[in-house]
Amino acid sequence: MPLSWILLLLAAIGLAAFFLSRRRAVGSVEGDARRLHSLPLYYGLHGAMMALAPALLLLAIWLVVQPMLLDRSILSGLPDDAIPEGSTPGLVMSDVRRVADGIERAFANGAFSEGDLTALTTEDVGAVITGGGTALGTPLTADVLAAARDYWLARGTLAWIMTAAVLGLALIGAAWAIRRSDGAFRARNVVERGVLVLLIAAASIAILTTVGIVLSMLFETSNFFRQYEWTEFFFNTTWQPSFSGRGGSSELGIIPLLWGTLYISLIALIVAVPIGLFAAIYLSEYAGKTFRSIAKPVIEILAGIPTIVYGLFALITVGPLLRDAFASPLGLGNSASSVMTAGLVMGIMLIPFVSSLSDDIINAVPQAMRDGSLGLGATQSETIRQVIVPAALPGIVGAVLLAASRAIGETMIVVLGAGAAARLDLNPFEAMTTVTVKIVSQLTGDTDFASPETLVAFALGLTLFVITLGLNVLALYIVRKYREQYE
Amino acid sequence: MTDATAEGGAGHGGAGQGSLLARDTRTARRNAAESRFKLYGLIAVCIGIAMLVLLLTSILMNGLSSFQQTRLQIMVELPEDKLDKSGVRDPEVMSKVTTFGYAPLLRDGLEATIAEAGIETDLSAKDAADLISDESVAQLRNMVLANPDLVGQTIPVEVLASGRIDGYYKGRVTMASAELDSNISPEQLVLADQLKAAGKLSTSFNWSFFTAPDASDTRPEAAGLGVAILGSLYMMLIVLCLALPIGVAASIYLEEFAPQNRWTDLIEVNISNLAAVPSIVFGILGLAIFINFAGLPQSAPIVGGLVLTLMTLPTIIIATRAALKAVPPSIRDAALGLGASKMQSVFHHVLPLAMPGILTGTIIGLAQALGETAPLLLIGMVAFVREYPESPLDGGLFDPATALPVQVYNWTQRSDPAFVERASGAIITLLLFLLVMNLTAIFLRRKFERRW
Amino acid sequence: MQNDTAKITARGVQVYYGDTHAIKDVDVDIAANTVTAFIGPSGCGKSTFLRCINRMNDTIPVARVEGDIRIDGEDIYDKRVDPVQLRAKVGMVFQKPNPFPKSIYDNVAYGPRIHGLSKDKADLDGIVENALRRAALWDEAKDRLDAPGTGLSGGQQQRLCIARAVATSPEVLLMDEPCSALDPIATAQIEELIDELKQNYSVVIVTHSMQQAARVSQKTAFFHLGNLVEYGETSRIFTSPEDTRTESYISGRIG
Repeated sequence: MPLSWILLLLAAIGLAAFFLSRRRAVGSVEGDARRLHSLPLYYGLHGAMMALAPALLLLAIWLVVQPMLLDRSILSGLPDDAIPEGSTPGLVMSDVRRVADGIERAFANGAFSEGDLTALTTEDVGAVITGGGTALGTPLTADVLAAARDYWLARGTLAWIMTAAVLGLALIGAAWAIRRSDGAFRARNVVERGVLVLLIAAASIAILTTVGIVLSMLFETSNFFRQYEWTEFFFNTTWQPSFSGRGGSSELGIIPLLWGTLYISLIALIVAVPIGLFAAIYLSEYAGKTFRSIAKPVIEILAGIPTIVYGLFALITVGPLLRDAFASPLGLGNSASSVMTAGLVMGIMLIPFVSSLSDDIINAVPQAMRDGSLGLGATQSETIRQVIVPAALPGIVGAVLLAASRAIGETMIVVLGAGAAARLDLNPFEAMTTVTVKIVSQLTGDTDFASPETLVAFALGLTLFVITLGLNVLALYIVRKYREQYE
Repeated sequence: MTDATAEGGAGHGGAGQGSLLARDTRTARRNAAESRFKLYGLIAVCIGIAMLVLLLTSILMNGLSSFQQTRLQIMVELPEDKLDKSGVRDPEVMSKVTTFGYAPLLRDGLEATIAEAGIETDLSAKDAADLISDESVAQLRNMVLANPDLVGQTIPVEVLASGRIDGYYKGRVTMASAELDSNISPEQLVLADQLKAAGKLSTSFNWSFFTAPDASDTRPEAAGLGVAILGSLYMMLIVLCLALPIGVAASIYLEEFAPQNRWTDLIEVNISNLAAVPSIVFGILGLAIFINFAGLPQSAPIVGGLVLTLMTLPTIIIATRAALKAVPPSIRDAALGLGASKMQSVFHHVLPLAMPGILTGTIIGLAQALGETAPLLLIGMVAFVREYPESPLDGGLFDPATALPVQVYNWTQRSDPAFVERASGAIITLLLFLLVMNLTAIFLRRKFERRW
Repeated sequence: MQNDTAKITARGVQVYYGDTHAIKDVDVDIAANTVTAFIGPSGCGKSTFLRCINRMNDTIPVARVEGDIRIDGEDIYDKRVDPVQLRAKVGMVFQKPNPFPKSIYDNVAYGPRIHGLSKDKADLDGIVENALRRAALWDEAKDRLDAPGTGLSGGQQQRLCIARAVATSPEVLLMDEPCSALDPIATAQIEELIDELKQNYSVVIVTHSMQQAARVSQKTAFFHLGNLVEYGETSRIFTSPEDTRTESYISGRIG
């Protein structure tokens, strides 16, 4: 039975439970709703909740757990030589799944019938399912066919068991809720507790996401380090993946990528921090109301522009401009993609980030500080430089750290503006590459999750995550401490 | 304390001693420093604004022309003996005739058009036919298959001019560059000019840019955003349906119910960190969890939508919490004082009052998600997709699609410079969507802004 | 009211905050080496008027000052006057202690440094010590001049602010409710200090406490709704006020 039918049936059971619970509750007090503990609505909601919540939970768990268990049992049934050289259990398993899907489709449109099942040969099945639009990774073997048949049969049986279990649970829940619905039952409290659980679950998704990020990257990274020395990864100064063979000749050192990342981020910060800081100071301390109300949103538009736009800007305007105006005449290189291109454009992107954070921070400095300094006869700029900026310094440092974390994790600008060559060089007009660029290039196109060239992307991702997380935590801590100081 | 006054008024000459009306040099110097400092600030603001202007001008200059497209108007004869030998006008049967069967028809049609306009040219029919986009053949075939009754008639057809001809009228291709170009010759450009003079070639608004699917490397003139816009739309739908309820639920819990404990702190820290995690990391998450682990298909809007949902959640949660915080406690107290439960006071009173703020935050979150590129690259949305996904009700969320910003990236990776124009045009389209969304958010905020 | 030895003379002073007429036609003469108290109910304009004397109202965009205020006969609103120079001559202490987030030494040295008052480091040390002594803070602070000024107690912080103001050798000291954020013991110390400061400076103090005005000042001005109602010897104002509004305020019937 398809999932949508199960869901529809569940909805129907839920609806029925809603009305029956409500009716029974109202009936138990001879229709005098005042004698109910809760409003009639809550009895209905309680019924629906009891019918649906456990059933849906079971359904969700089943859908996650069943494929894992089934895969494992089918794989253990396969003989060892069913996994050909150069393949992995995962790849064979996906073939098995594909064949099973093909068999299912063939049954659905009548190409096979029940009796054929045991007599099927690899040739017929191969022909039928390829004709049905299923492509196979490798030629069909008898082992795979047998596994697919088992898989398909088991899947069918399990689907029926699941349907029965889920619907049964829904009915039991509904019956229980209906039985409990009488005037003294505190339906509202139970419903509200249920809603609270939902709210907590929603809030916990943030934690789940982080756990998901960390686990997924840790898992693949450990696979990577099983195939590639971690010392090589962290300390080798060459990045040269080979795509000819698997592993072996590849050199996957992170140092040139980190260098590119940091160099570009540095240039970006050199552009963004002074401009952003001065803009924030001007807007919060000098600008008149009208000027501020126009200039501030205009600068903030820069923050709302997607990074792909900046990337294109780097690619078609800034890159060629820098090359023709500086790099070529000075003999520093003739690549439009360069550290400078990416750094400058990223700097522009970060200006509103730095300026709006600094603006908030400068505004958090109490007016009494300004008055104190002005009252002593300081000029406004003396007040800003010697009182406000030092007072706001921790906050500004936090803002710069956040901006640095942005710069390090930025992808599209460097993909389009920095180039793809991993290089350890000081010339800013040379194309270099970054961690994010390599994550993109290793994980797009044809990927093979068994080779270190693909898996290295997860190690890069984890490194990136750890660096940015460290910067963020530090920055948020500093900014929070700073705010507490003036609260 | 007596020693404090022992020295009396003696001591150093203060800055204020002497007449106020006479300025000393030091004050003049300090005032000059003041003006300089102020000027630096003004310059910084101006640089920021100038960069925005430069960025937008650059994109507009490069991309506006993509909204115009050069087309040829020719009469095409559709002979029955070539297109439908059976004569039953059954599209099933007629589809046996491939595009190779249609190409000569267009060539002949163009030749006839040239002759009709009285244009003398040395170009062979084949060279002249290079003026027509390769895509037009397929378009003609689709037109005929959709309406088999056209066979046997001579119909006026508007076909796309080839990318180089289109570029010629947009200033990208010149006579000089055509000399060096193997895809186009100056003679062909001359012919194009003659056709234009005869009214057979014109440039008009390019609707198909918004509706057509992507096209191959050699056919930039036919490339459109149809699939990308649809894909982005699907993903926004998913983000809206998931991120809004989850985000609001999470915010209500954290703002109204959460006790001060470790778990709450953990959630808070996680949310503020997720807001700052590089977007590409979410792409890795999507690839590892949704595609490799859960087995969802690559390039599908459902995966993109889920990834973008996770990325947008922090934005929505932060905005929603601010909106909830802005509802004064007196409202809650009033409801609680009447005997409502905490849950009732929140859902009946606080939430409706916070709704405008929540919607504003949601729109801004959606706008962010719409422009996000990097994570989508990793989940395969960068693939070349020509088929429109089905409607979401027919499982379209699981069909391959691409997204607006990814389409831009995709086009920047093509060699033909005409794709730069397309990419910039796509950016303008994207920015227009963002503009509309942000204006809506500003409108909502203005309209419902409440001061307590 | 005319007084030949007046340090500050104000004539026909009007202050507007946007559309609000905050100070209405105030005339007053403030004598040198005296403590003059401004009293009145909150919102009466006493602080606003105080801030006119060193042009701190200039920092509020919507504020507009009319009339004539002279220090030593020089019009401080003259176009040639730089507020920066004026404020060095007219120091100010604020309601809440507002030491800068710097060391005690740097707080006091701030004014002399920006105005360039010291020849060298030793000179600056002398200025700082002198100012701290005058503010009666030297004994408490001399061993921790490098400690942050924000680490001091409230009363000490306010004395630090006084030292900071004194360090630029002003001629006039304006104090805007300097004790309102302090406990009684710290208040007593500050009041004692104010009494000593009057030997070298003309002190103008805004206070919401009549007892404080009676304790520290020689002259008292009573403000009400932006008007200067009555001005005279403190002892006379508190014993035999001429105006009924003054009497009502002093006896606690308004305010």
